[in-house]
Amino acid sequence: MSHDVTHTRTQQEYEYDRKRANLGMRNQVTVFALMIFLTFIAFASVQAGMSAYLVAPLILLFAAVQVALQLYYFMHWSEKGHGMAQFFMYSAAFIAFTMILAFITIIWW
Amino acid sequence: MDLKTKFTPQSWPAHPENATLEGKNKTLGFWIFLGGETVLFATLFATFLALKNKGPNGMEFSTQSLFELPLAFIMTMLLLTSSLTSVYAMYHMKNHNFKAMQAWIAVTVVLGLGFLGLEIYEFYHYVHLGFTFTQSAFGSSFYTLVGTHGLHVIIGLAWFILLMLRNSKRGLNLYNAPKYYLASLYWHFIDVVWVFIFTVVYLMGVLD
Amino acid sequence: MSSTAKKKGFGATIWDYLTTVDHKKIAVLYLIAGTLFFVIGGIEAMLIRIQLAEPNNDFVSAGLFNEIITMHGTTMIFLAAMPLLFAFMNAAVPLQIGARDVAFPFLNSLGFWLFLFGGLFLNLSWFLGGAPDAGWTSYASLSLASPTHGIDFYALGLQISGAGTLIAGINFLVTIINMRAPGMTYMRMPLFTWTTFVASALILFAFPPLTVGLFFMIFDRMFDANFFDHLNGGNTIIWEHLFWIFGHPEVYILVLPAFGLFSEIFATFSRKRLFGYSSMVFATILIGFLGFMVWAHHMFTVGLGPTANAIFAVATMAIAVPTGMKVFNWLLTIWGGNIKVTTPMLYGLGFIPSFVAGGVTGVMQASAPLDYQLHDSYFIVAHFHYVIVGGIVLALFAAAHYYWPLMFNQMLNETLGKITFVFFFVGFHCTFFIQHFLGLMGMPRRVFTYQGDQGWDLFNYISTIGAFLMAIGVILLVVNVIITAIKGEPAGRDPWKDGRTLEWAIPQPVPYYNFKQTPLVRGLDTFWIEKMEGNKEGMTYAEPISDIHMPNNSFIPFMISFGLFVAAFGALYHQDADKAWSLPVLIAGLAITFLSMIVRSLKDDLGYHIHKEELMNEKGGKK
Ligand code: HEM
Ligand SMILES: [Cu+2]
Repeated sequence: MSHDVTHTRTQQEYEYDRKRANLGMRNQVTVFALMIFLTFIAFASVQAGMSAYLVAPLILLFAAVQVALQLYYFMHWSEKGHGMAQFFMYSAAFIAFTMILAFITIIWW
Repeated sequence: MDLKTKFTPQSWPAHPENATLEGKNKTLGFWIFLGGETVLFATLFATFLALKNKGPNGMEFSTQSLFELPLAFIMTMLLLTSSLTSVYAMYHMKNHNFKAMQAWIAVTVVLGLGFLGLEIYEFYHYVHLGFTFTQSAFGSSFYTLVGTHGLHVIIGLAWFILLMLRNSKRGLNLYNAPKYYLASLYWHFIDVVWVFIFTVVYLMGVLD
Repeated sequence: MSSTAKKKGFGATIWDYLTTVDHKKIAVLYLIAGTLFFVIGGIEAMLIRIQLAEPNNDFVSAGLFNEIITMHGTTMIFLAAMPLLFAFMNAAVPLQIGARDVAFPFLNSLGFWLFLFGGLFLNLSWFLGGAPDAGWTSYASLSLASPTHGIDFYALGLQISGAGTLIAGINFLVTIINMRAPGMTYMRMPLFTWTTFVASALILFAFPPLTVGLFFMIFDRMFDANFFDHLNGGNTIIWEHLFWIFGHPEVYILVLPAFGLFSEIFATFSRKRLFGYSSMVFATILIGFLGFMVWAHHMFTVGLGPTANAIFAVATMAIAVPTGMKVFNWLLTIWGGNIKVTTPMLYGLGFIPSFVAGGVTGVMQASAPLDYQLHDSYFIVAHFHYVIVGGIVLALFAAAHYYWPLMFNQMLNETLGKITFVFFFVGFHCTFFIQHFLGLMGMPRRVFTYQGDQGWDLFNYISTIGAFLMAIGVILLVVNVIITAIKGEPAGRDPWKDGRTLEWAIPQPVPYYNFKQTPLVRGLDTFWIEKMEGNKEGMTYAEPISDIHMPNNSFIPFMISFGLFVAAFGALYHQDADKAWSLPVLIAGLAITFLSMIVRSLKDDLGYHIHKEELMNEKGGKK
């Protein structure tokens, strides 16, 4: 507990890490572009006045994809060491789903 | 932990947020906390869905009559972009480039303030129309859901600003790096929630 | 803070406890506060039973009766059972996993003070115009109509103490995930640690819905919102859902740690490895998962429709399966063991049939058509007291005896302990067994009195006698504690002689840094393994003696909680037109809280080190 693990990287390691970080950052920008794109499509398809039965599932799917992109890229789930974070977030999502399902079906109208 | 250790980009660990036990605990604890927050927002969403468009007999307000999508769309864009800028900030944090990190956080804060301004304008507009928190169950649930998100935005902004001020003189160390990291996670989470608010409250509100 | 501080004055000791971040001292705080609330709730229970002892009684008025039952339930669940479990979790779990500390010592203390101030706030309602009176479930239509400030005390008080509980839960989760000693794999964790883990996860997911529900309640009552007001489009059923989405997991938050405590006790005093360890772990996780899928079994008679009722009925019955697994595992642990009937073991032996009885009535209620008969009758009261008293309270009493030497380095008197058990156990069954029949005969719950000659008189009288027997049991336990404290005989390490897990391997009294050297865990029941191999020290070490990092004490958690306590008064009286002081009080309270938080975040708190030399000079567990 008293010892913090800080080991200095060698020059090669450092350069390698830097390169990977740069690539990763470029990746993030791509992900961002995708998210903007999805948001725009969702927005446009509602504005265009298409059938709700088509649009509703579509935009929900887009929202889910966007959230996955945030979590896996912006919040680094795609890197290792996030098992527990994923476990708790997926459990939360599952409970959230059950609750919302209940509230739109058996809230007693 | 020794705050006086001076780091170079090379001696700076690749994952500074997890380099100390405190950092590890904080990161994990914060993720777990976000799990709880997820359920909290789910409860608010569920209630909103149950109460949307419900009010006293003959209520004139509905999601269709109230919401203006272009405004919500611009707000979404602002928040999404601020999410990216905070990714940039963390990128520079990992490279031990303190100045660039602070600058990107400042950009994030500006974008967040823009979002907040628009939200306040929107609320003000609705209240002006007579659609208030106490007017109907719809009003109560709408303002509680979107307002709780807005409160999170305020907290996130305050957190970023405090961090920037507190550390402006002393730069990055292994004590404050996890704090920056958590603030940025929080910010992403706020964006995640907004994606659903945009979709479920605004887009689907206008749909049928 | 130095290890050499030996005898302290009274004031210094108080200050030490007000600022402590040591999980062992926080355990003591939880124990004291939890016991205080347990006694208050117990007195309320006695008042209920005295009122119901005979028909047409007027010992208390109808209105006061409603306040008493509400406060009894709320106090027992939120302010007695949970904190007392937290006491044992704090005392044992970090030691069981070989940790020097919890993950967030500061938050640990914050969690305690929030709970305490929330509980005090709730109980002050008695003196400030009336306690809440809509039942511990506080169903919205009823609670919105309640004229006094009681419900506001309920909502705000639970909000504050609930925040404390959530913080405590997160702390335990991270502690168990990150702070385990080398070799302490998940599948080597003692069952009490496992159940603490799962219960904490349930806290994490169950408390947010309660928080939100309470906010809705506060908004509706104090700020004219319309969540539950059907005239303005609201829906009173939303409260019921939110409350039970929280409420059912809550009963498992309570009972899982109780299961864990008994698992330790059975293994220890049967002097045998816990039978079916991995199936126990699996059952714990499964119960935690299913616990979220069954909440509507409290709402069968609301009219959710046959489909919903059927789904929730089946899900509820499914929980009986993992629970049954556990019961058989306990039985098979005892089977063929070298049994020593100590007081904790005696409680364990009493627990199995009692809890099974409660589970069986639970399955009965789970069948929706039958529940139309049972709902809101004394049968329900019998059911949940069988699981709560027969499960949780027996576990708490067992743990008090079992862990007393760990927490205080003294043994409670065994003979007196067994006498306590007899009084409490007989009293418990006498009180509640007969209530099943009262329920079947049609006596509704939550009534302040009843007409005579319906065949209920004698049974109610017997039930009241039982309650007095239980009270005698509790008093004997308190006497036992006092006698033991006066005698002050040190118990020493491994006082039961049969300890199996790491907490018993530590010298007594436990050093404030817990483990001088981090232990190396070589299997399930580590301490037992070392003992069997003749290791006198009881531990294999994972590292040489070196500096130990310790957190600093802090008064800030107290201040943060105190600020919220003050602010709650401001919020509560804000609705009254004649109380202009309420707004300044609200602002002042929030200012105290936020300033304390800002101080906390601006001042670096890096802790301090105990140096190697200092550790070398120390002999074992001296303070
Ligand atoms: C394990 C510990 C358990 C605890 C602490 C517990 C607690 C409770 C409580 C407090 C209530 C009363 C709620 C109220 O109306 O105010 C209740 C009701 C109920 N319990 Fe349990 N219970 C437990 C186990 C079970 C089990 C194992 C089952 C079924 C397999 C079960 C099924 C039910 C049902 C169906 C009700 C609703 C009865 C009604 O209100 O009509 N419980 N339980
Ligand atoms: Cu239940």
